[in-house]
Amino acid sequence: MKTQVRPQRKVIVIPCSGIGKAFGSISRDATYEVTDNLRKDNTRTLCLALLVSGDQDSLELVRNNKCIAVDGCPLQCAEKNVKLAGGDLACSLRVVDVYKENRHLKPKSVTFLDHDGQEMASALADKIVKKVDELLGDQ
Amino acid sequence: MMSKEQEKKVGIISCSGEECVEGTISRVATRLVLGKLRPNETVTICLPLFLAGGKEEREFARDYPTITVDGCDKVCAKVATERYSGKPASSIVVTEVMGNWYCSRLGPRRKLDEESLAAARKVAEKVAHEVDEVLERWM
Repeated sequence: MKTQVRPQRKVIVIPCSGIGKAFGSISRDATYEVTDNLRKDNTRTLCLALLVSGDQDSLELVRNNKCIAVDGCPLQCAEKNVKLAGGDLACSLRVVDVYKENRHLKPKSVTFLDHDGQEMASALADKIVKKVDELLGDQ
Repeated sequence: MMSKEQEKKVGIISCSGEECVEGTISRVATRLVLGKLRPNETVTICLPLFLAGGKEEREFARDYPTITVDGCDKVCAKVATERYSGKPASSIVVTEVMGNWYCSRLGPRRKLDEESLAAARKVAEKVAHEVDEVLERWM
């Protein structure tokens, strides 16, 4: 009897695109740490602006895969836009929550993260990985 | 409150481009303009917030000149600005500035290497030049 092999799905990690403050950069850095290093075979990211613009490939991607939104500010553009696109939003993470758990860290640099920013991105990446593993375990 | 005449600012709208290295280059170039090359003459706007209906962002882009900085030929920033606020005063695309580049998903998106940093500086200088031109026309 043949075993049906289900297509390998990926978890889509979608960071906020915030450009004005360090938290936006932290959301992206954490995302890249997960998609490029920690879980590179099971995750990917996409351009949030392209998704918001209604790009068909991006819409299908978020609708057919579990998504994790990672937001840098209270406006939560990533979460809101995945929902608006009809995406399969499995989890929403906020940089501010990592900050609350690591109040000794004071990230300031925006363009290139300073030490505290990198530390916070690393803590956030761990949270994303934990969620990715949960989601992959459910599939 | 300052009038537009007193406070001449140019809005730099960068593509979010999380998926490819050119997106990172467009953001770093924008940050270089905002932080170093023309800090007193420019402001930035988060593209997904702008796309998702951020009132202040759209009003700013309607009332003030804008320069869009896109990573690839999908030109999300330019298209969005035209759709929601009006024609940008200038539009720059990283792949065009760099000539023979193409939108690669394999490049160092997280930490730009020397080649990509040089590209970001080149794009930033072009944006700064455009800022000067826009302000000169506005005078």
